[in-house]
Amino acid sequence: MSATRTAGERREVSSPTTPSRRSKSRASRGRPGRRGLWYTPWLYLLAPVALLVLFTYVPVVSMVSYSFTSWNGLSPTKRYVGLDNYVDLFTRPQLFQVFAVSLFYLVGAALQIVVALYFATILSFSTRFRNLFKGILFFPYLINGVAIGFVFLYFFQPGGTLDTILQPFGVAPHAWLGDPDLVNTSLAGVSVWRFMGLNMVLFLGAIQSIPPQLYEAAALDGASRWQQFRHIIAPGIKPILSLSAILAVSGALAVFEIPFIMTGGSNNSETFVIQTIKLAFNFNKVGLASAAAVVLLAIVLLVTMIQRWLVPDERVEMS
Amino acid sequence: MRRTRVLAAGITLAMALTACGSGGGSDTKDSGAVSVPEDPASVTGSITVLTNRTDQVQDGTAKAYAAEFSKIYPQVKVEFQGITDYEGDVKIRMNSEDYGDVLSIPGSVPTSEYPSFFAPLGTTDELAKTFDFTERSAVDGKVYGLANIGVANGFVYNKAVWKQAGVTDWPKTPAEFLEALKAIKAKTGATAYYTNYKDAWPLTNWGNALGSPSCDAGAGDKLASTKEPWAQGQDLNVADTLLYDIVHGGLSEGDPNTTNWENSKNLIGTGKVATMWLGSWAVVQMQEAAKKAGKSADDIGFMPFPAQVDGKWCTAVRPDYQYAINVHSKNKPAARAWIDWFITKSGDAQKAKSISSVKGASLPATLQPFQDAGVKFVNMTYADNAKVADIDKASEVGIGAPEYRQRIVDVARGAAKDDLAGIFGDLNKRWAEAQSTVG
Repeated sequence: MSATRTAGERREVSSPTTPSRRSKSRASRGRPGRRGLWYTPWLYLLAPVALLVLFTYVPVVSMVSYSFTSWNGLSPTKRYVGLDNYVDLFTRPQLFQVFAVSLFYLVGAALQIVVALYFATILSFSTRFRNLFKGILFFPYLINGVAIGFVFLYFFQPGGTLDTILQPFGVAPHAWLGDPDLVNTSLAGVSVWRFMGLNMVLFLGAIQSIPPQLYEAAALDGASRWQQFRHIIAPGIKPILSLSAILAVSGALAVFEIPFIMTGGSNNSETFVIQTIKLAFNFNKVGLASAAAVVLLAIVLLVTMIQRWLVPDERVEMS
Repeated sequence: MRRTRVLAAGITLAMALTACGSGGGSDTKDSGAVSVPEDPASVTGSITVLTNRTDQVQDGTAKAYAAEFSKIYPQVKVEFQGITDYEGDVKIRMNSEDYGDVLSIPGSVPTSEYPSFFAPLGTTDELAKTFDFTERSAVDGKVYGLANIGVANGFVYNKAVWKQAGVTDWPKTPAEFLEALKAIKAKTGATAYYTNYKDAWPLTNWGNALGSPSCDAGAGDKLASTKEPWAQGQDLNVADTLLYDIVHGGLSEGDPNTTNWENSKNLIGTGKVATMWLGSWAVVQMQEAAKKAGKSADDIGFMPFPAQVDGKWCTAVRPDYQYAINVHSKNKPAARAWIDWFITKSGDAQKAKSISSVKGASLPATLQPFQDAGVKFVNMTYADNAKVADIDKASEVGIGAPEYRQRIVDVARGAAKDDLAGIFGDLNKRWAEAQSTVG
């Protein structure tokens, strides 16, 4: 989803500079018979759509169907129980308390966007070693989540890397994962470290599609770097910013990998997805867990809709 | 974060697909028991054994067993699949028909479902003559799985450290035990007790304390009717209170969230950690770790739960993984032959210094001190096992799961706002509620 939207926006932004290409493509769209057959586009779509249906929509449909049964995940028979699972979920408010943990990740995600924006802006100007820095900042996103979990377990150990680094600054050692008031901050920090690079690359792509003559004109008019950012870059990448915000919120609600590997959800770090996994696999309540997953999906969709309603996706025209 | 959902979706899909494949599963169920073939030469076929012992598959031990086996059963070919995440992988594979010929029954499979997945190995009456722990996997008088070894529960401890603290006799009460740990903390530099909180599964062993304090073989079955298993004086109360007191007294490691199981072996081997609550299977591993660290294997000892009934310690003995035959297996006689040979003739139980499930087998050397001290080995009964498991799942208590014990540790070290009475009250309430809803 993010990739296609990026491409779409980029074309829109850059379109004024390449008018000839645009009119050409429009012309060919008007006469489909001239090049290829009517089903050619569908052939191209076949592989991605098949994968999407197979790995996203079919499982979602089965998940929804499981949520109306009391299946234990193993039994050959699935007993239909109607809305019992949903009633069970909503009569247990403590199951929703874990969303408080998501707030830490939400704050983390906001910070992540700001930091990513900062680096993307700096790296979009001609900075020395910019490709090296791009690589370094993007690298964490490429590392396997499990490996990151283990690396940071050592990092946060008492007397571990973090304590050692902070010692010269007079910071006393902390139980970064052991202190219930610190654990979620630590974990959210790992999440920021991991995903910041991805946001940065998204922003960088959007920034680079802004026509360079705008900067030149701005520079001639005596605009400072901050003014360039404020009046050219920020409005230019607004769609990507709002997309990042949507991803950040849904990501914060459905956070899983890092806390699951690093703490297993113990010590006040349990998230909604970890709780769901435990219901399904520790207590054999696949039906109830599916209902929880459906509810999470609904919440994410709802939040996204509200967000889109508050911040509508405007067309960006730059010239 | 987004990838996670794809992963979860992938898992769900895998389950959905495999679920489709198992539609006719129960129809092909063989009602007759598979008995051990009488003529080894006539048994043919190739069988696949699913095992959690990836170490044995890698170091060739498994192959050596297969070679031994083929001397008696020349026409049977045995192959192994070592699975690292055994519980998780096998449970999902069991939605298909492809889960090996011989497998260890995953702990999460409800006992009442055994007949849909495994071939019966014989009647309880008949098999109980030769083997211990047959009741654990029996449904309607038929046995669906046989354990190779039984596990006794106790504290693995570093004798040298305990001696340095001036404690040479095994504590007889939880209070004495706590005193000993305090002495260790005061007189040695060692961490008196290590919870292994982060890896979580070692904490689940506290559930296996059930039966030790009361010396009651039926302690597990009684949970089916006990309204409040965490009431004063109940086994679970005694054991969980001891865990609480250990952590509350500052006698365990400083930061439980960064513990490491593999490293804990070195820690106890080198005397940096004094004590851990584990099964008897762990003694050998700790002794090896001690040897590797240049210390003596004799430094590692095993002591029973600090409670006595009529002047005697007791240790609850439970079966380890039970081996079963896939109900869809095409080579059931060969599979049955393997299970029988592995348990009675392979010598694996003796090599692992574990309690063999074959009746009358001698105790391993690691448990000799128990015998010398007159510790009573209590073989737990499993008559109401299915019901207890159902209550456990319905209540989401998880006697065999780490969650509530992690909570106890958190509360004990002041990391969560609650108290022990509150935790016990909540557990009792959930247990009683689930009891009234489960058949």
